[in-house]
Amino acid sequence: MRRSTLARRAVAWLLLAGAACSGAALAQSTVAGRVPTPVIEKARGESCVAEPAFMRRNHMDLLKHQRDETVHRGVRDPRSSLKGCIECHASSATGSVAAAPTDFCASCHSYAAVKVDCFECHASKPKAAAVLPANHPAHARLAALWRSLPAVGAVAR
Amino acid sequence: MKPSADSGAKQGLSGRRAFLGLAAVGAGGLLLAPGVHLMEVAQAAAPGTAAAGANPKVRWGLLIDTRKCASGCTDCVNACNTENGLSGGTTPTDAQWIRKIEIKALKTGHSASLPVMCQHCAEPPCVDVCPTGASFKRTDGIVLVDRHSCIGCRYCVMACPYQARSFVHEPLTGQKPEVPRGKGCVEGCTLCVHRIDKGGTPACVEACDRAGHHAMLFGDLNDPDSAISQRVREVATMQLRADLRLDPGVRYQGLT
Repeated sequence: MRRSTLARRAVAWLLLAGAACSGAALAQSTVAGRVPTPVIEKARGESCVAEPAFMRRNHMDLLKHQRDETVHRGVRDPRSSLKGCIECHASSATGSVAAAPTDFCASCHSYAAVKVDCFECHASKPKAAAVLPANHPAHARLAALWRSLPAVGAVAR
Repeated sequence: MKPSADSGAKQGLSGRRAFLGLAAVGAGGLLLAPGVHLMEVAQAAAPGTAAAGANPKVRWGLLIDTRKCASGCTDCVNACNTENGLSGGTTPTDAQWIRKIEIKALKTGHSASLPVMCQHCAEPPCVDVCPTGASFKRTDGIVLVDRHSCIGCRYCVMACPYQARSFVHEPLTGQKPEVPRGKGCVEGCTLCVHRIDKGGTPACVEACDRAGHHAMLFGDLNDPDSAISQRVREVATMQLRADLRLDPGVRYQGLT
């Protein structure tokens, strides 16, 4: 009896983990028990420069390659630059990819416990950071995200 | 029974050929997994999308006409601070990429006011002393710091005879997206490389022209038809501390 409950729980955990990994563009933040999953806010633009699954695994390599191309060879391709990433992925509420714990870079990196150093030097906001009007629907969406993340939200607030 | 040494060699050769063939296919469009291409390869194939980058045939340079540079005018300095997100402070721990200096020849009393920034030497001593390769010269002659590999040792600050390098002592916020800057790195005038790569001119030159001084001229020293090349051919110009034979890309007119 006890053993089968445990097994079921384990399966549920696995399913949850799987759901977290295969999150769609706008992953619903599901808080099951004590495990928060990263909040991925929907990006602007039609599609990313590569498949999301590929980007999740390889974005750091692409960025590193691009940084050397840009700094040393002066190749400034907006599609594969960090600036290009930020322009699409900056949060519609904070205007940044790393200001709030729910912002694009910060949410996954804190979840994976990988420190991201980029924004100690690089701006985490696009050049013309759009200021949202008070009645913008993004506010409601962000508020919902905050509510669904009590643990992270409490720390940040 | 056994394959002869000769046929073994042939097999080895054909195997190598097959591998080289595969490698050539891979180089054409590197396939990481079915349907997944390395992004930059795919982009390099698309014409007109990616910028060409630094051109090795170009040597970017500046010509500063000190006769038109008014004492007390800091338009170029202000433009640099705004463009690159510098604080504008002038204490020893503030980053200054360009400074105005006043000089006077003791024997003749001839005085001049001039901006001094990284002189973008052809033989940069900062590059010679850098232990990590962070200080480097681009193929178009612009001397830069790669902050990704700068460890903040400040050898280059000591090596530069123009005192053109600064060190960032404090954590920074609110950097410009075009100009990443951060604590623990050495930095200096980049000749506004982010603007040059898009076909623009440095912010200081633009500001000087906009204010109507026209004391700074930017261009390609290698192109005999460029305005700067024609000017340096026609008038007497000099490099600061030419005795060091660093061949700076910044030249001055009106100094004796």
